[in-house]
Amino acid sequence: MQPFSYVRPATAAEAVSSFLKAGEGARFIAGGTTLYDLMKLNIERPRHLIDITAIDGLDHIDTAGEMLRFEALAPMSAVSSNRVVARDYPVLAEALSKAASQQLRNMATVGGNLLQRTRCLYFRNGADGVYPCNKREPGSGCAAIGGLDRGQAVLGTSAACTAVSPGDWPVALLALDAAIEILGPSGARSIPVADLYRQPGDTPHLEFSLLPGEMITAIVVPKTPAGRLSTYHKIRDRESFAFALASAAVALEMNGDRVERARIALGGVATRPWRASEAERSLAGQRLTRESALAAGHAAFQHARPGRHNQFKVELGARAVADALLIAFEREAGGRGRS
Amino acid sequence: MSDECSDSTGCVISRRIVLEGGAALAAASLVRTDGARADAPAGPPVLAVTPAHVLNIRTTINGRRVTVDIDPRTSLLDLLRERFALTGAKKGCDHGQCGACTVHLEGRRVASCLTLAAKVDGRQVTTIEGVSEGDALHAMQQAFIDHDALQCGYCTPGQIMAAIACVAEGNATSRENIREYMSGNICRCGAYVGIVAAIEAAAAKMEKP
Repeated sequence: MQPFSYVRPATAAEAVSSFLKAGEGARFIAGGTTLYDLMKLNIERPRHLIDITAIDGLDHIDTAGEMLRFEALAPMSAVSSNRVVARDYPVLAEALSKAASQQLRNMATVGGNLLQRTRCLYFRNGADGVYPCNKREPGSGCAAIGGLDRGQAVLGTSAACTAVSPGDWPVALLALDAAIEILGPSGARSIPVADLYRQPGDTPHLEFSLLPGEMITAIVVPKTPAGRLSTYHKIRDRESFAFALASAAVALEMNGDRVERARIALGGVATRPWRASEAERSLAGQRLTRESALAAGHAAFQHARPGRHNQFKVELGARAVADALLIAFEREAGGRGRS
Repeated sequence: MSDECSDSTGCVISRRIVLEGGAALAAASLVRTDGARADAPAGPPVLAVTPAHVLNIRTTINGRRVTVDIDPRTSLLDLLRERFALTGAKKGCDHGQCGACTVHLEGRRVASCLTLAAKVDGRQVTTIEGVSEGDALHAMQQAFIDHDALQCGYCTPGQIMAAIACVAEGNATSRENIREYMSGNICRCGAYVGIVAAIEAAAAKMEKP
C-alpha cells in the first residue's frame, strides 16, 4: 500500500479546504469499507486521506419534516433500524439490512455507500497487471468481456466495460426519486441521485458526477405513501451477506388492484443503479396480477445484452421484479390494518 | 505495567515487537515507537515511511489508555495484534468478508481489518481479551463452551464478539434473526448449529439493553 498522509477535520468546510490543500491524490474517507479495502489491493492509491467521520452533526436522521433527510455520516445500520424508515419505507430499510454484514453496516455510512465501487473480479484482482481493466487502467482493455462474466451486467454495458454497480441502497433511493446534497469548493448544490451515476461508455473509469473536492453531505427522500407498499427484493448466491445477482426496488401507488404508478429500479444487473422505465410504463393503469407483474419484469430486460455466462440474469431479473411487485402489493393489507 | 501506557514510557510488548520487526511484519512496524525511523528493512523505496506520515494516536483498549505512534496504513487489527499482542482477533480474509477480526468500537461491532487504526484515536476499543471479568468468563464465552460452538476455534473470538453485539442490539430474538445477523461471521468447520444454540442460551442470561 502506498503511504499517505491522514487528517481528520472537524467541519465539512474544513474537510473541503483540506482536500484542496492536499492537492493531487487527495481522497475523502468515511467508513472506509470500500476505499481501504481497495487500497489493500493496490487498486486505490490515494496520497492524502481526509477522514470526514469526525465532522460534528453530519449523522442526523430526520424523519419529521416534509422529506426524509439522512445526513451522509449516518451509519447504514442506524438508518436501517430507524423505526419510521422500517415502518413507512421498507424498501429503504430492506436495501440497507440486506447489504453487507452488521459489522460493515456499523462502519459504512449512507453517504459513502453511494460511492461503493464494483465487485467485478477483473477489476478487483488485477492490480498486478495480469488482467486488463478499463476502469483501473483506462484504455487497457476489458478481461471480463468474453471471460468469466457470470456476475457481469446485462444492462448499460459498453464495449469497454460490463462491471456491475454493486449497491443496494442507491437502487432503493433511485426508485424513490431521492436527491443528494453536495458540498464542494464552489459551495453547496443538490442533484437527483439518478444524476450521480454515469454509464461506462468509453470512459468506465469515470463513475460518478462529483467534482474534485466535492463530498456528499446528505440524502433527501420525498415522502410518499408509496413507501408503505414497497420492498427491496434481492436474489443472491447465498441466503445472506452476498452481493445481488439480481435485485428489484419497488414502490407502488395503487387504486384497488389497479396500478396508478409503479416505481421500479434494478440492482445487480446493470452498470449503474437502473431505473426500469419500460416496466413502470407497462403497469400504469393495469391490474396487478402475476401475469402483468411478469410482463413488467420482462419489459425491464427487453434491451438486455448478456454475455457468455450471465444469460440467466435476464430471466432471474424479470422474476425478481415480478416477485417484488407482488410482495409490495401484499403489504397493502398490513398498511390498512394499522391505519 | 501501568494503566497509562505510552510507547515512550515502556509499552514493553509493542516496543519489542517493533524493534524486532522484519520486512514480513506489517507496515506499522517500520515506525519506531519514538517516532523516528527504525533501520529500514529491505523493500521497495516507495513504501518507506517518512516521519511526516507518522501519526500519534491515543485510544482506550479494553479499558486501558494507550498512546502509540503508527503508520497511517495500519489497520486496527494489525495495531491490536502486532503492537499490543492482543492476538484474539484473527486475520482471516483481511477484507471484511469473514468476521474473524470482529471487535467492538465504541460498543458497536466492526471488522477491525477494514478499520484504519487512525480512526480509533479518541475512541474505545474492546477485544475478546476484554470481555471476561478476571477468570469469570462472559456468559457468551461459557455458552460457546457449553454448546460445542467451535471446532478449530480460529473464527471463535470474532464469533463471540459479534454474538455479544448481536444480543446487545436486540437482534438475537429468534434463530432466524440470529442466523441473519451473524451472517458476517464465517465458520469453515461448520459449527453453526452450536453457535446459534449458544447465542440463544447466552441471550437469555445477558442483561437486555
